Amino acid sequence: MNSDTIRTAALAIGGSLLLAGLLFAANGENPFEAFKLLFEGSVGSRAKLSNTLLVWVPLTLAAASLVVTFSAGLWNIGVEGQIIVGAIGATWAAREVGGPSFVVITAAIVVAIIAGSLWALLAGVLKVYGGVNEIFGGLGLDFVATGMATYLIIGPWQRAGVASTSGTDLLRDEAWLPKIGDENISWVSLALTVAAVIGVFLLMRGTSFGLKLKAVGSNVHSATRLGIPANRYMLIAFGLGGALAGLAGSAQVLGFHHKLVPASSGGFGFLGILVVLLAAYRASLIAPIAFFFAAITVGTTFLELRLGLDSAVGGVLQGLLVLFVLLAGGWQRKRRTEAASALAPTPSAVAGEG
Amino acid sequence: MKKHHGTNRRWALLVVAIAIALIATACGDDDAATPADVDDTPAADDTADDVDADDTPPEGFRFGLILVGPENDRGWSQAHVEGGQYVVDQLGAEMIIVEKVNPADKPDITVELVVDDLIDQGAELIFATSDDMKDGIIAAARNHPDVPMIWSSGDSAWADGQAFEPGLTNLGNIMGRMEFGKMIAGCAAALASESGEIGYLGPLINDETRRLVSSAFLGAEYCWEDAGNAAGSLDFSVTWIGFWFNIPGVTLDPTQVVNEFYDSGADVVISGIDTTEAIVRTGQRAAAGENVFAVPYDFEGACAEAESICLGVPYFNWGPEYLDVIESAAAGAFEADFVWAGPDWSDINSRSSSTIGFVPGDGLSADDAATLDGFIEGLADGSIDLFTGPLNFQDGSSFLGDGEVATDTQIWYLDQLLEGIDGASSAG
Repeated sequence: MNSDTIRTAALAIGGSLLLAGLLFAANGENPFEAFKLLFEGSVGSRAKLSNTLLVWVPLTLAAASLVVTFSAGLWNIGVEGQIIVGAIGATWAAREVGGPSFVVITAAIVVAIIAGSLWALLAGVLKVYGGVNEIFGGLGLDFVATGMATYLIIGPWQRAGVASTSGTDLLRDEAWLPKIGDENISWVSLALTVAAVIGVFLLMRGTSFGLKLKAVGSNVHSATRLGIPANRYMLIAFGLGGALAGLAGSAQVLGFHHKLVPASSGGFGFLGILVVLLAAYRASLIAPIAFFFAAITVGTTFLELRLGLDSAVGGVLQGLLVLFVLLAGGWQRKRRTEAASALAPTPSAVAGEG
Repeated sequence: MKKHHGTNRRWALLVVAIAIALIATACGDDDAATPADVDDTPAADDTADDVDADDTPPEGFRFGLILVGPENDRGWSQAHVEGGQYVVDQLGAEMIIVEKVNPADKPDITVELVVDDLIDQGAELIFATSDDMKDGIIAAARNHPDVPMIWSSGDSAWADGQAFEPGLTNLGNIMGRMEFGKMIAGCAAALASESGEIGYLGPLINDETRRLVSSAFLGAEYCWEDAGNAAGSLDFSVTWIGFWFNIPGVTLDPTQVVNEFYDSGADVVISGIDTTEAIVRTGQRAAAGENVFAVPYDFEGACAEAESICLGVPYFNWGPEYLDVIESAAAGAFEADFVWAGPDWSDINSRSSSTIGFVPGDGLSADDAATLDGFIEGLADGSIDLFTGPLNFQDGSSFLGDGEVATDTQIWYLDQLLEGIDGASSAG
């Protein structure tokens, strides 16, 4: 059954590249030139690779967060808001905590993780004790988080004499993540992301906790009958997922914007859902798929610069990819059902063959 | 089962690898085909702002334009594109545009990254065309000390300014004295208003916007009272949306704000934002039978959204100053100057010399148009100087004493709105 996943992925990637190529051609551009520019613009040089990794970090963390909650059968749409609340937490710590870089950055990351985790638990509590579907709870909390960030930016944390939703003042230098050489990416966020992915992978594969979480995810009632406290496991999944999202928020603030902006989540919470869909909920696949998505996102700038294409083209490519995954998945399922019914020794099938 | 998993994971990784390899192969193939493409690409680029995709060194000077909004916003950003296009036409220079560089539209991009890309593409001068790009362009100027850059509307190169960066000898500033344009806009609004209630659709609050709202108010108050209305009877209010244009869920919705102005008794709305909501919504309400008018902003052609209710548009003509700075950069003589260019009073609509212009609109009656001309003449010959005391700030404290004329720094760094304006001077 897993070879179906492979075929699905191959179909999806092939189909979306083909359609994207046709779109480029319809715009009067050479598709090969466009793909070449995408490649050059995302991994063609050290600087480009570093910029792609800047996007890869929050996207991968968001996807890792989603793997945990999806495993527990939870549609945690609230990742976006959890990233923002993590970003708010990191900004708060960077503003309030004094001392050398190591202290400020550690404090900001820890506060971001706690903040993201608590925000996710809020959706969890709403779900477990309030009976609020986590999709609606999460989406609602996303809006609240954006509202909070906007309020802080235009209110208490505004720049002197300015009231703009654009962003706060830059954080002091001590709160900036150390860069790798001249590149924009930091080894701190890279290391934390790699550790998070490995951690989630091991948790899901090698521990009884992961197994029980999956049991809760596949059937709450049987899991409960087997003696697994489903509610507690769901809350832990929310808390863990939120922690990873909060970490992504801290990377956005300390390593990318160096200030709080309203859109500090960058839409990665939603893009992460596409990554996880494409990865078929497996932690082992999110890192490469997120890298592919990040490369498209970053490479698109080159298409705009060189070919004058609209910058939305990156989103179109990613959307096509997911659409094709869903299509190919559906097609595979349909074929399987048909094959199964064809194989079944029913009178009608026999008659059909005759 | 476990083995199964492992095998398939390898397969899946392989697929991703193949996909990447496919793209890489496509690139490999394409290298051979490049000379042919070079011929194709310029032919495919039929819009003026597209850039040739070839790698051959250009004949002309190549400059980059970073826009905060879309290049066809019929407002602030498009005015910069027109300015750049003027240079292209005059010099045969090449322009590379990156639009929508703001955290809402492109959360994964910063001004610094865009500058890196533009320099990669051979840009020899970079314009960052929004107040919002301050942090990014200052950092980029530090990263690339040899590349001349302009932060339009900024004050980093002003020796008398509060944000002077003496170390940044590659970052200059260009701004227009839009105070005059806004005074004319305010006068036109007051002449057309019957209710004496004028709404100003404000973007975010900073030095620039406080300066421009206050200027519009001064022009409106002057023409309102000059027409025989009682002193202090003009109702002038500003509502700030929170950014230069609408960002759903983050800013106030400008269309909604325009509606609220009209619903609460205003009959003219002056726009201070980058985009066209004020004139578009006013046009719709006028079409539904209301007697309302709008003054759009930034872009010479902005009245085209709704000619009949447009009182005129104060606009930026960035061309002449952009031409100057590109000529000096091309000659290797770039200086990080602070330029605050006014209207050319001999012809405020001169393409080649006036940075600030005003195009009267069809909404203005013939009488009002004549009065407005007189007002503009008064500004031109100095007989009308509105930043002259006595003027108070909104909180009642004195801004200018009797007969005192504001200095440039006082006008630029107006830290409160003037007395008589309803609306916030700062947030919180």
